[in-house]
Amino acid sequence: MSEHLLEIKGLKVHFPTGDGGWFGRGRQYVKAVDGLDFSIRRGETLGIVGESGCGKSTTGRALLRLVPATEGQVLFEGRNILRASSGDMRGLRREMQIIFQDPYASLDPRMTVGGIIGEAFKAHERLSSREREEQVQELLSFVGLRPEHIRRYPHEFSGGQRQRIGIARALALRPKFVVCDEPVSALDVSIQAQVVNLMKELQQKLELTYLFISHDLRVVKHISDRVGVMYLGAMVEIADKRELYANPQHPYTRALLSAIPQANPSRRRERIILQGDVPSPVNPPSGCRFRTRCPEATERCALETPAFKDLGGGHRVACHYR
Amino acid sequence: MDQVLEVRGLKTYFYTESGVAKSVDGVDFALGRGRTLGIVGESGSGKSVTSLSVMRLVEESVGRIVGGEIRFEGESLLDKSEKEMRAIRGNRISMIFQEPMTSLNPVFTIGMQIGEVLKLHQGMSSAEAARKCVELLKLVGIPLPEQRVREYPHQLSGGMRQRVMIAMALACNPALLIADEPTTALDVTIQAQILELMKELKERLGTAIMLITHDLGVVAEVADEVMVLYAGKVVEHGAVEDIFRSPMHPYTRGLLASIPDIDAEVETLETIEGLVPSVYDMPPGCRFAPRCKHAMERCLRSQPALVETAGHKTRCFLYGDASEEEAG
Repeated sequence: MSEHLLEIKGLKVHFPTGDGGWFGRGRQYVKAVDGLDFSIRRGETLGIVGESGCGKSTTGRALLRLVPATEGQVLFEGRNILRASSGDMRGLRREMQIIFQDPYASLDPRMTVGGIIGEAFKAHERLSSREREEQVQELLSFVGLRPEHIRRYPHEFSGGQRQRIGIARALALRPKFVVCDEPVSALDVSIQAQVVNLMKELQQKLELTYLFISHDLRVVKHISDRVGVMYLGAMVEIADKRELYANPQHPYTRALLSAIPQANPSRRRERIILQGDVPSPVNPPSGCRFRTRCPEATERCALETPAFKDLGGGHRVACHYR
Repeated sequence: MDQVLEVRGLKTYFYTESGVAKSVDGVDFALGRGRTLGIVGESGSGKSVTSLSVMRLVEESVGRIVGGEIRFEGESLLDKSEKEMRAIRGNRISMIFQEPMTSLNPVFTIGMQIGEVLKLHQGMSSAEAARKCVELLKLVGIPLPEQRVREYPHQLSGGMRQRVMIAMALACNPALLIADEPTTALDVTIQAQILELMKELKERLGTAIMLITHDLGVVAEVADEVMVLYAGKVVEHGAVEDIFRSPMHPYTRGLLASIPDIDAEVETLETIEGLVPSVYDMPPGCRFAPRCKHAMERCLRSQPALVETAGHKTRCFLYGDASEEEAG
């Protein structure tokens, strides 16, 4: 069995924008994800951080084929899922699931909790309605809810409880891999901690592999084993989490880490304030995408795209000067 | 006395079909010139209702300020007519909100929107207002201000829109700025820019700031004082350094512990079990008691008063000289 559950090679996701004029000749593309290479180890949590528009959510969705990839390969246990037939994909969906950010929008308000979670069994397993109900009740207690909640509707639950329902639904078919797309961002701080702890606990019990997408660098550090940093559709750095937070190499990672508001006034650090905004992903800057905001940029950065090189121990960085 | 704002015993209740929601239930604080007070709490703590009460923007069909006093520059705001309040809002007291896209009007240019404030409150001519607009955009660090005044909100990024909101809020040189989750919708690097800007403006203009947020990190960065709200009551209030260095109330301690520490590593995060109580069904004693690890029998029966201990105020029976709050 390979150490890697997923291998991503040259993944690109481009979305057409506008009508492209006559015959689509002038059509432009939003390069949401523009050439990613990374892998996810069996049983680990890989955190992906970055700001809005960096392509982190699109990446998560492309891995599950919820958005079509433009180019590249996604190998799940060695099979390229981007080439899988719809029949094969049906089987693969059992093994790959997603937890969404907004527990208010991602649960159908007209269905009971039993219906929402039970739907997965309906689609994938032949169970009597009795068996289905037992399975759902077991799942509910697994995520810290009560079996009698099965007949309630989403509006009867708080945000944190709804997220637990979302987790139960994702885990119903015992997947191997779960994309967690900002799963705690919409929750209050004290509830965030409850859900994060639950996710860690379930990961150990069920031997899950997570791709944990978030803009919150504090939460990502807590839950991940390794962390990748994305900027404008590309990965600029990836490393073991301890290494990344203690020894960030890319100027963007450094700025990002220094910008975290620090609740402990005695541990204030020197802050790097980046100038300007993230450029448009329709026309990303030539060479290094970060150069327009980089405090260390030189002429070379505009001319050559930096390679994603390994500094040793799996710490990779895309910068000419590292 | 150099207090810009003084709030005493503020009570704002909402009357709904499900009952009376005591969203803000006896809140006191004062804010001096050039000072920043961070008001922290989770959903339903009453932090936003506190700020709406100060602006007198509580929806009158359902909510009412039923008790207390709000004095702004020495005058009672609760005695003002709606017309008088309109002359104060956006002028002496201004506000910035969480979502800069929905608080700007999409069909008017940036220049028209800021200009309107100046014409209305300062009686400026269009030409004067246009000049002042460019100056304000420059003040909040917007590049090419002469060009930006002619643009519409959708042409700006989220960070730029929040800068425009701040420019608009500062147009009349307010004595008090109420910032309700001003950086929540922004990315961290942009948040850092806006927080830096707020600090700089506070020093330069001497504006008093009421900063409402759920993010303790943001408060630690910019505020002088912190007030922690839980279910409509102040549970802890003091200087930033005091509260972050030695938090006393179990709720404040729980909140601080539930933020993953970037410099440390722990297997499981501290959590505060349970949920915030329903506004319609508050516990009879301390409102935090049902979720508190240290709750004693007394906590379930009676409500502790806000008492000064070790340099800051805490509402908790754990501390020696804590007394019970009078009913009412």
